[in-house]
Amino acid sequence: MGGQILTISHAAKAFGGNEVLKDISLGVSKGDVLAIIGPSGSGKSTLLRCATLLETFDSGTMRYGDLAVIEDGRYAPNDVLHQVRSRFGLVFQNFNLFPHLSALDNITLALRRVQGKGRAEAESIASGLLERMGLAGREGAYPCELSGGQQQRVSIARALALRPQILFFDEPTSALDPELTGEILKVIRDLAAIHMTMVIVTHEIGFARNVADRVIFMAGGVIVEEGRPEDVIDNPSNDRTRAFLRNLDRK
Amino acid sequence: MVLSLAQGLLVSTEIFAFTLLFALPLGLLIAFGRMSKIGLVRQIFRIYISIMRGTPLMLQLFFFYFGPYYLLGIPLNKLGLFGVEYRFISVIIGFSLNYAAYFAEIYRAGIESIPVGQYEASSVLGLSKSQTFFLIIFPQVVKRIIPPVTNEVITLVKDTSLAFALSVMEMFTIAKMEAAAHTTMVPFIVAGIFYYIFNFIVAWAMERLEKSLNYYR
Repeated sequence: MGGQILTISHAAKAFGGNEVLKDISLGVSKGDVLAIIGPSGSGKSTLLRCATLLETFDSGTMRYGDLAVIEDGRYAPNDVLHQVRSRFGLVFQNFNLFPHLSALDNITLALRRVQGKGRAEAESIASGLLERMGLAGREGAYPCELSGGQQQRVSIARALALRPQILFFDEPTSALDPELTGEILKVIRDLAAIHMTMVIVTHEIGFARNVADRVIFMAGGVIVEEGRPEDVIDNPSNDRTRAFLRNLDRK
Repeated sequence: MVLSLAQGLLVSTEIFAFTLLFALPLGLLIAFGRMSKIGLVRQIFRIYISIMRGTPLMLQLFFFYFGPYYLLGIPLNKLGLFGVEYRFISVIIGFSLNYAAYFAEIYRAGIESIPVGQYEASSVLGLSKSQTFFLIIFPQVVKRIIPPVTNEVITLVKDTSLAFALSVMEMFTIAKMEAAAHTTMVPFIVAGIFYYIFNFIVAWAMERLEKSLNYYR
């Protein structure tokens, strides 16, 4: 156990008068695979967006290791936030690859422009990752020439290239055809096997049970239930969790 | 006659080239002002665009030509630059400021059409705001705005003839003089053919550019 990579305590967020996150506290340790499940509108995506600095918490505290992002509702200065951004990666639901750049350039861009690596080094890192993602030889392909599953694998490679301490996934298979979800889930499973620290917002309950070592069930902006997957998913103690899972079974 | 028209065409081409040279970058700056987070700045540029688009270009040319004398009392013959008559300079100022307003709105539409996910992906990767704009957003904007920019550029070729109002020796001014001197329609027809060929080349070049960016969607 290498200590906590991410700690959030008593964080809250409202859009207008609508409280989307209420008093959220959670911690992620090195090697954790945490799945966040819950109905849409439960706040799980907002939580992920706040954790990745795409949205801001209104109050509370969040730290990445020794770096405080927000302390009792006050955000750190920009240079600290910039440093924090190098500690996490995010894989989006709709990939958000850069359409004008090849698969290779999508990955090398931040390596070169943010981390200042040379072209040769950046390209060898990128090629290695594409190969790991089963995309060897597709370096020159543009996003529009790749299937959804392939695009998502490029975007995972793009996030991994920066060697984040923690990788977030925002419903990584929701934009994919059902027959393509398997290839993404396999990639995530492989990452779990090498103890990549991950937080995954997902609707794939079976997958969550399978890959996560901790599951959080969110509803109405609060963490309703948290624990081992076999407890939360198979034997939920809370009525709302039970209702949510029952609904899913029916579908 | 064809020779003097060709000399006029050279001047028309100069107006065309200088206008694009100044108006394309200036339009981007105006677009930034128009999208500024500061309400007052946004309002100023909104008014600027509104005036530039809402009044005739010919009137604006007169404004920039006579303005220094009527408003400030500066004799126009003292305003030349690098041996270039102020007459020509004022045409370039007028055209550039006018076309920049149109380009600004095209840039703005292009910039606003880029999905927010592109900004979010850039942010998460740690790109700075200027890196995000110049490496991610602007290249995609260029591709999207080629068709409307082509329209403006083609209009500009024809609009250069408005400089006749300030007696700049561009092609249309010369065509008028030749026609009057020889009481014939031929100069107008030849000038028309020249304008058409000019625009044919412009359209062809822009199409090439558009195709060269077709490697992605």
